Amino acid sequence: MATATKEKTSLLANIRGRLEGVNLRQNGIFLALIALILFFAATTPNAASLTPGNWSNLVVQNGYILVLAIGMVMVIIAGHIDLSVGSVAAFIGAVAGILVVRPLEQDGWDWLPALPWWAGILGALLIGALVGVWQGFWVAYVGIPAFIVTLAGMLLFRGLALMTLQNSNIGPFPDEFRAIGNGFLDKENALGAALGFPAAYNATALIVTALGVLALLWQAINQRAGRVKYGQPVEPRTWFFVKLIALSAMVAYVGFQLAQANGIPFTLLLLVFLVVVYTMIMNKTTFGRHIYAIGGNLHAAMLSGINVRRVNFWLFVNMGALAALSGVLIAARMNSAVPKAGDGFELDAISSVFIGGAAVQGGVGTVTGSMIGGVIQGVLANGMNLNSVGIDSQMTVKGMVLLLAVAFDVWSKNRK
Amino acid sequence: MTQNILEMQSITKVFPGVRALDNVSLNVARGEIHAICGENGAGKSTLMKVLSGVYPHGTYEGDIVYENKVVAFKNIRESEAEGIVIIHQELALSPHLSIAENIFLNNEIKRFGLIDWNKTGQEAQKLMARVGLKENPDAKIKDIGVGKQQLVEIAKALSKRVKLLILDEPTAALNDEDSAHLLDLLRHLKGQGISCIIISHKLNEIAAIADKTTIIRDGKTVETLDMGKGKVDQERIIKGMVGREMDNRYPAHKSKIGAEILRVENWTAHHPDDKNRVVVDNVNMNVKKGEIVGIAGIMGAGRTEFARSLFGRSWGTNISGKVFINGEEANVSTIRHAIDAGLAYATEDRKRFGLNLIDDIKRNISMASLHTFVKFGLVNDNEEFKIASEYRKSMNIKAPSVLSITGKLSGGNQQKVVLSQWINSNPEVLILDEPTRGIDVGAKYEIYTIIQRLADEGKGVIVISSELPELLGICDRIYALAEGTITGEVTKDKATPELLMKYMTAEKGKK
Repeated sequence: MATATKEKTSLLANIRGRLEGVNLRQNGIFLALIALILFFAATTPNAASLTPGNWSNLVVQNGYILVLAIGMVMVIIAGHIDLSVGSVAAFIGAVAGILVVRPLEQDGWDWLPALPWWAGILGALLIGALVGVWQGFWVAYVGIPAFIVTLAGMLLFRGLALMTLQNSNIGPFPDEFRAIGNGFLDKENALGAALGFPAAYNATALIVTALGVLALLWQAINQRAGRVKYGQPVEPRTWFFVKLIALSAMVAYVGFQLAQANGIPFTLLLLVFLVVVYTMIMNKTTFGRHIYAIGGNLHAAMLSGINVRRVNFWLFVNMGALAALSGVLIAARMNSAVPKAGDGFELDAISSVFIGGAAVQGGVGTVTGSMIGGVIQGVLANGMNLNSVGIDSQMTVKGMVLLLAVAFDVWSKNRK
Repeated sequence: MTQNILEMQSITKVFPGVRALDNVSLNVARGEIHAICGENGAGKSTLMKVLSGVYPHGTYEGDIVYENKVVAFKNIRESEAEGIVIIHQELALSPHLSIAENIFLNNEIKRFGLIDWNKTGQEAQKLMARVGLKENPDAKIKDIGVGKQQLVEIAKALSKRVKLLILDEPTAALNDEDSAHLLDLLRHLKGQGISCIIISHKLNEIAAIADKTTIIRDGKTVETLDMGKGKVDQERIIKGMVGREMDNRYPAHKSKIGAEILRVENWTAHHPDDKNRVVVDNVNMNVKKGEIVGIAGIMGAGRTEFARSLFGRSWGTNISGKVFINGEEANVSTIRHAIDAGLAYATEDRKRFGLNLIDDIKRNISMASLHTFVKFGLVNDNEEFKIASEYRKSMNIKAPSVLSITGKLSGGNQQKVVLSQWINSNPEVLILDEPTRGIDVGAKYEIYTIIQRLADEGKGVIVISSELPELLGICDRIYALAEGTITGEVTKDKATPELLMKYMTAEKGKK
C-alpha cells in the first residue's frame, strides 16, 4: 500500500518535472478551446459546428468583438478599463453612414458630398481616434479614473449615435464598404478556375492558408533558434514541436474548411494582420513594454522615466480607433448604421480579455490570449445556437465560463 | 511548573523542496524580551507563523507548549484568543479609520449589538495612555506618523489582553527617537509581565533590550545567548548569524576622487499638499568623480524629498535651484530629462517604487534604459536577456535565470536588481536611498562592494541612510540634513557618530 502511493507520487513528480517550463495558464485556455470545439462537434446535430459554412460564420460574427478585445487588453494591462467601446462603435457606425451614404440633406449638410467608401472609412477611423483623444485627455491629463470617464463615454457616445441617426437607420452601404464585414477574398474562385482547381475548393484560400502556416512555422522556429543562440531558457523541444504542429494543423484545418465555403473572409485577414501587428507592439516596442510596466507598478514605471501620461493618452486614442474599426465592421455586416449597434459589446470584449488570462490588477495579459478568450466565447455561443439552447441558458453559461476561467487563473497563480 | 511561557520543541516545517525549519527549539521565559536573529530567509518569519497558527497545527512537526499545555492552533484567531499577538513589519492598520476604530477593529465594544462609541473612545484613551501615545483617538491613521502607527498596533495588541507579543522588525521604518520610545515601551510592558519576542536586523537595539537572543541559521537553531551574562555584543551575534567572524562589516576601500561631477545650488522644494511648507530649504552640495557622499538625517529631515525633487521633480511643488553636471547646468525638469542628464535614483522602498514585482528580472533591469535595446523600432529581447544575464553574474543576483519573477526574490537580490536597473541607465551620479534597508548582513556587504565599484568606475555616488555606522563605514564625505537644511559637512577622517548626531539634531537658525 505504502509503496503503491510512493510510486504514484513519483510518477506525478515525473510528469510535473517534464511539464516544467510549460506555461500552464497560457496553454490551458488553448486546450480548453480545443476541448470546446470537440465537444460541440460531438453534440451538435450532424456535427453542424464543423461545416465549412459554420466556420465562416464564426469568423465574421466575432470579428468586431475581437477587434475591440485587442484594444481592450492593452487598456486592461495598463490597469484601466473602457466601458464605452460599444457606444463608440455605434457612434462611428453612424458617422460612417453619414460620410458614405449621406441621408441628412434636411439638416443643411447637403453641401457635403458622399465620400468614396475608403475615404469614409478613413474619416470614421479618424473620428474614432478623436473620441480616444477626448477620453485619453480626461484619463491621462486630468487624472479621472478610466472607469468613470468611459462610463460617461458609454452614455455620451450612445447619445451622440442617437442624435446623429435621428432615431432612424442609415443604409444601405456601397458594396465595397460591405465587403469589409461580409466579403471574401476571391469569392468567385477566379484563381481556382484559371488554375483548373476543383470548383469545390477556393484556390486562393488554400494558397493563403499554406503561406500562413509557413509563416507561422518560420516565425516560431526562428524565434526559438534566436533564444537558444542567446542561451535563453525555452520550452522543452518535444512540447514545442507538439504545440507548433497542433497549432499549424488547426490553422490548416480552418483554412481548408473556409476554402470549401466562400473563401477567406476579409474580416479574418484584417484580424490576423491586427493580431500580428499588436502582438509585436506589445512585446517588441517601448510603447508596449511601457504599458506592461505601468500596469505592473505605476510608481516604479514613473520613477524609471516612463512618461505615464503620454502612454495612457495614446492607449485611449488607440482604443478609440479600434472601436471605430469595430463600428465600421458592424455597420458593414448589418449593411446599415443603427442606434442600438454594439450594445453590450464592451462586456463581451472585457470578458474575452479576462478569459484570455489578463489580470484585473493590470500588468498581465496578451493579445493572443484575448483572441482565444474571444473565440471561446464565440464557439460557445455558436455551438449553443446550433444545439438550440435558449438565450437564457446561454447567458448563464457565458457568466459561469468567465467566472471559472478567472478562478482557474487565480488558482494556478496561488499554487506556485 | 516551569518559568517558561512558551516552549517550542523541535519544530520542523517542510515546504515542497525546502526544509524551512529543521528541529528548531525556542524557550521564552515569562516576562522576558527574547530576540530572534538570523539572516533573511533563515526561517524567523516561518517560525512565528507556526507559532501564531498561520501554518495550522498538523502542517508542522514538533510541539508548542504555551502556558504549560500543548496547544494546537488552527488559525490566528485561536492564537490571539490565548493572548499571542503578532505585529508584522507591514502594519495592519486601516488608513482611513481613526485610531480608536483601529484599536478595536474586529474586536468592537458592543452594547445591544451596536458599537458603543463612547466606551470605545474611553477605552482607546486608556490603552493609548499605556503605550504613551498622545493623539486624539479620532485622528485618522493616515494622518499620524509611522512611529505612532506602531504604537497603535501595540495598543491594539493590549486590547486583546496580550500575554506574548511578537514584533517583526518593529523599528525598521522608525527614526531613532521613535525607536527609542518603542524600546522603552517594551521594557515597560515587560514590567507588567508581558513577554515579548522581537525579530530585528538592528543588532544594536537587540544588544540594548533583549534578555536572551536565539540565533537561527538556515532553518536551524544555532544558539541561545544570555544577554545578561558576559559581554554579548553585536559582533558576537553577527558571528552566530553568518557562522563566521565578521571582522569588518564594511569592505576596505580607497576612493580615487576626481573633478566635481555634480553641484546643486540653492535647491528648495515645497510640500505637494501644502505649498507654503518648505521641506527642502536652500540646499547646496556637490559630489566629485569617484566619491561616495553620504546624506545623514533623522526621519522627516527631508533626505528622500531632496533626492526625489532633484530627480526630475518627482516629489514636491514650487521647486527652485540649479543643478550642474560636469560643470554645465543640467535640465532635470522631468524624470526622463534627469536620467538623460546623467542622474539615477534608486528608491528607499523598492517594492512600492522600484520594481515591477510581477515581471521578471530581465524586464526590470531594462526598465529605465529600454530605448537602448531598440533596433529598427523594435526591442531586441535577446540582447536584453544577454545584458541582464551579465548583471545577474556581476551583481551575484541569486536566481535560476533572469526570467525569474522579481517578487519572489529576497530583499537583497531585489536590491541588486534595482541597482542593475540604474547602472544600466549609465548615469554620472547615482543617488541610492537606503540601499541596504531590510537586507541581511551578507548581502549588505555585497551592496557596499558594488557601491565602491561604481565609485572606482568614476561615478559619483550619493548614499542616503538612516544607519550612521553604514555612512561612516563607506562614505568619503557626509552631509547632515536637518529640517531640510544642510547643517554640517564632515569628511571621513573627522566623522564620528556623535558629531553627525549633533548636526542632525541641530535646530534651524542655531547652527
